[in-house]
Amino acid sequence: MARLRDIDYGTPPSEAEAEVTVSIDGRPVTVPAGTSILRAAQVAGVDIPKLCATDSLDAFGSCRLCVVEVAGRAGTPASCTTPATDGMEVTTQTPTLAKLRRGVMELYISDHPLDCLTCAANGDCELQDMAGAVGLRDVRYGYAGENHLDLPCDESNPYFDFDPAKCIVCSRCVRACDEVQGTLALTVEKRGFSSKIAASQAEPFLQSECVSCGACVQACPTAALTEKSVIEIGQPEHSLITTCAYCGVGCAFKAEMRGEQLVRMVPHKDGKANHGHSCVKGRFAWGYATHRERVLKPMIRASIQDPWREVSWDEAIAHTASEFKRIAAEHGSQALGAISSSRCTNEEIFLVQKLVRTAFGNNNIDTCARVCHSPTGYGLKTTLGTSAGTQDFDSVDHADVVLVIGANPTDGHPVFASRLKRRLRQGAKLIVIDPRRIDLVRTPHIQAQHHLQLRPGTNVAALTALAHVIVTDGLVNEAFVRERCEADEFADWAAFVSRPEHSPEASESVTGIPAADLRAAARLYATGGNAAIYYGLGVTEHSQGSTSVMAIANLAMATGNFGRPGVGVNPLRGQNNVQGACDMGSFPHEFSGYRHVSDEAVRAIFEAAWGVPLDPEPGLRIPNMLDAGAEGTFKGIYIQGEDILQSDPNTRHVAAGLAGMECVVVHDLFLNETATYAHVFLPGSTFLEKNGTFTNAERRIQRVRKVMRPLNGFEDWEITQMLSNALGYPMSYTHPSQIMDEVARLTPTFAGVTYEALETLGSVQWPCNAEHPQGSPVMHESAFARGKGKFVLTEYVATDEKVGPRYPLLLTTGRILSQYNVGAQTRRTANVVWHDEDVLEIHAHDAEDRGIRDGEMVRLASRTGGTALRAKISDRVAPGVVYTTFHHPLTQANVVTTEYSDWATNCPEYKVTAVQVSPSNGLSAWQEDYEAKAERSRRGTPAEPAE
Amino acid sequence: MSAEQMAKLVMMANQIATSFDTQGGDPATLTAAHIKSFWAPTMRKMIVGHLTGGGTDLTPTAQAAVRKLA
Repeated sequence: MARLRDIDYGTPPSEAEAEVTVSIDGRPVTVPAGTSILRAAQVAGVDIPKLCATDSLDAFGSCRLCVVEVAGRAGTPASCTTPATDGMEVTTQTPTLAKLRRGVMELYISDHPLDCLTCAANGDCELQDMAGAVGLRDVRYGYAGENHLDLPCDESNPYFDFDPAKCIVCSRCVRACDEVQGTLALTVEKRGFSSKIAASQAEPFLQSECVSCGACVQACPTAALTEKSVIEIGQPEHSLITTCAYCGVGCAFKAEMRGEQLVRMVPHKDGKANHGHSCVKGRFAWGYATHRERVLKPMIRASIQDPWREVSWDEAIAHTASEFKRIAAEHGSQALGAISSSRCTNEEIFLVQKLVRTAFGNNNIDTCARVCHSPTGYGLKTTLGTSAGTQDFDSVDHADVVLVIGANPTDGHPVFASRLKRRLRQGAKLIVIDPRRIDLVRTPHIQAQHHLQLRPGTNVAALTALAHVIVTDGLVNEAFVRERCEADEFADWAAFVSRPEHSPEASESVTGIPAADLRAAARLYATGGNAAIYYGLGVTEHSQGSTSVMAIANLAMATGNFGRPGVGVNPLRGQNNVQGACDMGSFPHEFSGYRHVSDEAVRAIFEAAWGVPLDPEPGLRIPNMLDAGAEGTFKGIYIQGEDILQSDPNTRHVAAGLAGMECVVVHDLFLNETATYAHVFLPGSTFLEKNGTFTNAERRIQRVRKVMRPLNGFEDWEITQMLSNALGYPMSYTHPSQIMDEVARLTPTFAGVTYEALETLGSVQWPCNAEHPQGSPVMHESAFARGKGKFVLTEYVATDEKVGPRYPLLLTTGRILSQYNVGAQTRRTANVVWHDEDVLEIHAHDAEDRGIRDGEMVRLASRTGGTALRAKISDRVAPGVVYTTFHHPLTQANVVTTEYSDWATNCPEYKVTAVQVSPSNGLSAWQEDYEAKAERSRRGTPAEPAE
Repeated sequence: MSAEQMAKLVMMANQIATSFDTQGGDPATLTAAHIKSFWAPTMRKMIVGHLTGGGTDLTPTAQAAVRKLA
């Protein structure tokens, strides 16, 4: 194993189809027209010295190190900014060029610390490399002149330092922030010799607008911007490609290692989802893997009142199997079930559902996608024929109009957001439909054409009104509909949406969206060219979540926005492997590949492969399991990688459901909140400690590679396998690739997926089979998966969750950039410096009415429960709407949310809760009680005194 | 089974029925098919039992659908 080093071509590739042939030092090379000489030379294998150029950024032409001579032209042009033209003859090394380059380097080095041996970048410094490349032997100017060597180092950011003494002001960091990340937080302040990189208004990085994505650190050619981990540990010596375990973007990273110690995570340039970019979570927030609170030994206890007792793996597995067998004998096999996690690998998820269907003998398996994107599964399968987004992320580069509804990509899917922002800066138009003014509405160099700030819970009314305008204005793509969609259903739908009651004017009183704005947005979506819809949990987590998804598909079908780059319906999946969890048969009604358990032919395939009869009836979903737990009919549960007590709605009810069970098994990294009610704790392994695959939001299957041995002793699939064997259903996999082979044998859309194929292709998007051996970046190209697209009538039905005198405000929830889901990982990293508690955003009018001041504690109460948190007065929310996140267990935001759910899937209606907000002088009684209970629950048996 | 649990099932059945009331086709048939596809047998048995006991609070479509499940 060696450290993977990328070739830097100096400038980005040209997309031109025409080619030119140039001569570089006598070597002919053919490249796309528009390619820089610098890049053409690298393609020819000639390494021209450079400092300000790197192939992730547009050419800048400032360092003058990459100068060349071109036959027939005067001077020494910078090769980064000079395009190669047909027949051009370039010379990269002459005495004149050598002298020029040495002169440049002399100037740089005359104002640079000569501490290479003790510098953190020693061995990984482009300035050092260039000094060697140009043959720098002395510096004629000496080192005694005016310099920047005493400038103070900015160590404010928890993950990297900025040392201006080592900065050569090449602007790579500034340009990375502008072009790659799109935050524009960095600048070069002052001029000439006083030029200095500055964050925001010359603030410390931590206090600036910097979002700590790491693009600047990656772009820096010196040690000016360096990861603290590199400063502390030293340079890595080998690296492996793996996939981030945070959001559904699925960024590929090089895990750069020294032995088994992770030095840093560097976004992989060839990663198809991220193309070398990252966010603060994937890039830096991996310290949880070795956090002191991680539990590494199994523990059991007879009662949740008891302290935990550490036991061997053998005892833990035997005890769990014994308890599950006892429960099955006493209460029937239907009293058992399991929950798998979208944070786990496909192979682990597949194994958990297999365990349930074979060893438990029922279909009581569900996954956390239940509470986020299950409506996507239902809605897209109904309308299009399969439960997945239609595009790859690259597709956004071809979009002319982007409609973002119920998603906050800059916080939830930041690396995709950077791609999107780049496209918007290039001129694509933006429509945002969201109750909250998300960052995308107005951010540097971006202004949404339309922000339809609707009332929470009215998505269906808004989407149907958009359809009304498209149909009644004659903007339907008749040819597409005629060829690709069910004719009768389209006719019914067109008549339905054309009714006066679905007009923007009629729906304005429901949605709160001014009719003129909605009409203009509809016309832009239908007529602006390639139109793509991106949506998130603000669509799905409603009582009409599935209806909204179908309404979105209707819009895209009516306008012909399917089957090519730049268009489509794109669910932004919250967690890293939501798509995979759904694909792997984690829902209680279907096997892998979305095939219903009642289908005899399908069941026969699985029965033949697994050697046991399988239950033909759908099992219990997560809320049903909890209901049955509270009712006393569901007694044992295996929960892998989920913290349902914190993440699921109506915490009291979740607690009651778990408390009613006799054996709750939590398989996780930490004693999470759910473990408060657990009887068995099985320590899990992190994504760094296991092999497997994740499938991101664009259906891209990518390898997760083991970069260190599991600190807990086993990869998670091994633990599930041990449990299955102890329960009497034998499993004997020796590597997760064998599990994927089984998935491929049993799942038509995965038929071509193997670890060998993933090694060769890097990644692949399903369907991947004989028909699509290289995978499918764009789905439904010539026909929908179900054949003809199905239009569904989408009548708006108001949620039962109503505001009234007692609860006059609507609460909606979401996430923040630095934290992830329930925060189990990110709260155990330095990311807490950006968000150490959940706060309640409230409009100034509502705050004023209630005597609430910014920063004060407030009580947030619904008919379900109450909690207390700090208020933040904000105009991001409209009057009547409040907003919070659910990252911190102390806040327990889900004490407040209700059990109302999507009609089709039971996905909870997190996004609409009627609440009241009032001043508070501290935590609520529930919070204080719960904190004490959780603390008590985490205690272990005191160790025996040594003799 | 508690009244709370029964009320929840009734609400869920009504939600499904309300959605299919406006989607075209036969709402009762579609509602019944949906419940059969997604509800565990224990839940179906409970809602059928509720209908047998009078079907309080079930909408007409939901009642017709549950009748098909019986």
